[in-house]
Amino acid sequence: MPKVLKKVDVVTVGVGWTGGIIAAELSKAGYQVVGLERGKEETLEDYNQMKDELKYGHSRNEMMNSLSDDTLTFRNTLDSQALPIREPENLRIGTNTGGGGSHWAAQCHRYLPYDYEIFSQTVERYGKEKIPEGMTIQDWGITYDEIEPYYDKFEKMAGISGEQDPMGPERSSPFPTPPMKEVPATRLFKEAAKNLGYHPISLPSASISETYENPDGQTIYGCQYCSFCYSHGCEFGAKSDPVITVIPTAKNTGNFELRTDANVTRILYEGGQATGVLYTDTRTGQEFEQPADVVALTSYTFNNVRLLLLSEIGTPYNPETGEGVIGKNFCDHHAADGASAARGFFNDRKFNLHMGAGGLGAIFTDYVGDNFDHSEVDFIHGGICRITQGGAGPISNNPVPRGTPRWGSEFKEKSLYYANRVLNVNFMFAVMPWKHHYLDLDPTYTDSTGDPLLRVTFDFEEQDHNLLSFGRDICVEMMEEMGADIVEPSEDIEHVKASFTFQHSSGGAIMGESPDTSAVNNYSQMWDMDNLFVIGASAFPHFGAPNPTGTAGALAYRAAEGIDKYLSNDGGQLVRAKESKKYI
Amino acid sequence: MDKNNSEKQTTQSNQKEEISRRNFIKKAGLVTGGIIGSGLIGGIIGNQWWTGTENDVVNETAPDFSEARVFFNRREDFSVLSWTTERILPEDDNGPGAIALGVPYFIDKQLAGAWGNNTDEYMKGPFIEGEDTQGFQSALNRGEIFIQGIRKITEVSKNEFGDSFEELDEEQQIEVLTMFENGEIELQGVGSDTFFNMLIQGTLEGAYSDPLYGGNRNMDGWRMKEYPGPQSSYINVIEKEEFNFMDPISLSNYN
Repeated sequence: MPKVLKKVDVVTVGVGWTGGIIAAELSKAGYQVVGLERGKEETLEDYNQMKDELKYGHSRNEMMNSLSDDTLTFRNTLDSQALPIREPENLRIGTNTGGGGSHWAAQCHRYLPYDYEIFSQTVERYGKEKIPEGMTIQDWGITYDEIEPYYDKFEKMAGISGEQDPMGPERSSPFPTPPMKEVPATRLFKEAAKNLGYHPISLPSASISETYENPDGQTIYGCQYCSFCYSHGCEFGAKSDPVITVIPTAKNTGNFELRTDANVTRILYEGGQATGVLYTDTRTGQEFEQPADVVALTSYTFNNVRLLLLSEIGTPYNPETGEGVIGKNFCDHHAADGASAARGFFNDRKFNLHMGAGGLGAIFTDYVGDNFDHSEVDFIHGGICRITQGGAGPISNNPVPRGTPRWGSEFKEKSLYYANRVLNVNFMFAVMPWKHHYLDLDPTYTDSTGDPLLRVTFDFEEQDHNLLSFGRDICVEMMEEMGADIVEPSEDIEHVKASFTFQHSSGGAIMGESPDTSAVNNYSQMWDMDNLFVIGASAFPHFGAPNPTGTAGALAYRAAEGIDKYLSNDGGQLVRAKESKKYI
Repeated sequence: MDKNNSEKQTTQSNQKEEISRRNFIKKAGLVTGGIIGSGLIGGIIGNQWWTGTENDVVNETAPDFSEARVFFNRREDFSVLSWTTERILPEDDNGPGAIALGVPYFIDKQLAGAWGNNTDEYMKGPFIEGEDTQGFQSALNRGEIFIQGIRKITEVSKNEFGDSFEELDEEQQIEVLTMFENGEIELQGVGSDTFFNMLIQGTLEGAYSDPLYGGNRNMDGWRMKEYPGPQSSYINVIEKEEFNFMDPISLSNYN
């Protein structure tokens, strides 16, 4: 029998960015919050000796969740059998406090006004026939102007470095810190982009340009450009991370208790209201019930959706009929780096590629959202053209021109020659949802406790191939203008592979205007369960072009406000549902 | 056949290592006078209490107690592994090959640990061969795959060329390995191309990972790549146009 603990105001399932934000905001407001974290507690001390590409990079994945207990299963189409993703290098999800917010590259963008009203704006400008059959885009149930203050709040908490995008929406206040430094590669990119008539800017970065104290009194230090950002924790505290921001802020209130080694297995409920969560202490196997007035699901997209399905909350999505909502509109951004890009080899120029920061780079947004006319193209939305200099690790950095063998003398010669003579430009593209891309429980494979694994059904569609090809041409144009001696366009990828490596997965518990078409309202509050909030990229109805953290963070700040409203008033739904719009 | 050549290079590499350690000691300011016994050099780095003189260590060769097989019991298996990694990353004018960099010992240690035992992999069945997009589905761990694959290299060498892998000339060795790379060799529970990809991965990791794991001996892999190791900051040089060469440091002298 599970041991029943004392009731608290709010319990969070996971303590990364979204859980940390909920914990910080509500504990500051005087609520008693318990954060349940499956992993261990991390502090800056744990980031010592992390400059180790073998241990933390794409091979051994030490900051990521082990797959020994559970994983995902994957298939491309409805009629094939899903199989488990077995190797950690193909499913990289953060673990321990901080979660993905500790290992992120720290590129921190906003989504566009267009993203929030994608269905309406597409129909209005191009007509309903622009949306192909089976593409399930819908409006988010909130406008950019309404979400903007929450972006502002997240960016001020995280100290984001950047500059106003002339092609982008208006900001209510400037970036908290100035842009990151210019380096030869970003200078080259910006000059080429200007020559071609584009509007380049520095990439918005959460590895920040100068030491900054945030409104909560937490200090983030100026970046040293040492290159160990992505997949690593920053030993200097120079990358914005829940471990040095929202988690200590929550702890300082005295109202927050962090409980580690706590694996939540079910959300408990009675009469349509959540009563708490059931979790197992992974050290002892002891089960506990943690009652709470509000349950905040703040783990990663996959686990948020899986816990809803395992707990039988909400109506599971049916890809045949399009009915139901839990599992709907799964999107993944992970192929963005490889599939729509150009690589340039420079025979006579060397770059300091071992230096860098995850958020050091340059972009232009002339081809994202509806910033350009889509009348003549066979896709909707678009992408952001980008160069980054994150710091090339010597194990993974073995660039050779196409046609070179993968091993032997010629490989060695060329991979050493080009190790510091290669640049990549890529097109970060938006990913649209489809009727048959979704999440559900796998009928065959289980975790170590016997619960079914989450099953992913996902692939590229014609929209993706067309958009990727469009973006690839832009990258090639850029690389030629940048003066590379050999320019290689990336190869088209026919089908998506079982590889979810950037923690850029979205949907499954999407937000919207109506319970008929979405799982949560614009406060991330479940339509079907007033005191359950499902927070993070699981709420995105589609995946916008840039990286997701800024938007997930903004939604978390709005959810925190919603939970406060819920608790300080008489509960109930915070948003009135609209008539279901007739989406396709 | 450049095997002898390679052995010579290995010796050179050991000498280089010795020289570099001396340089390190010098640079680290540890030379303050006193006496040191043989075999202690490996323990000097990081030991502030050592008070030997530079001259005391010049003629010592540091025994490397970590260079012993922990995964491969059979000598022949280890020899085949060694020559395989050397063919993947051969000695050339740029610098040492896989053997001189300690790659075979690196892989041996990795196979004995979490990587070889698939500790972090999902290893529950059923194991079904899926579509190309569905990835690795073997019930075997990497250690089992390496043992099976390495012994198959021996078998194929004998069948095709009538001799063990290490006795073949370079072209013949390449021919055998190419058959594995192309998936032409039948293995149980795994494709020979998958096994060969693991060999490439292990070789590059051994050549370019921090030397704390036993490969990248003397950081010579990093030197070839002009990679400076875990430096604490580039803030003062990152904006410069010209290439900024730095002699590498490793995690053993970081902090």
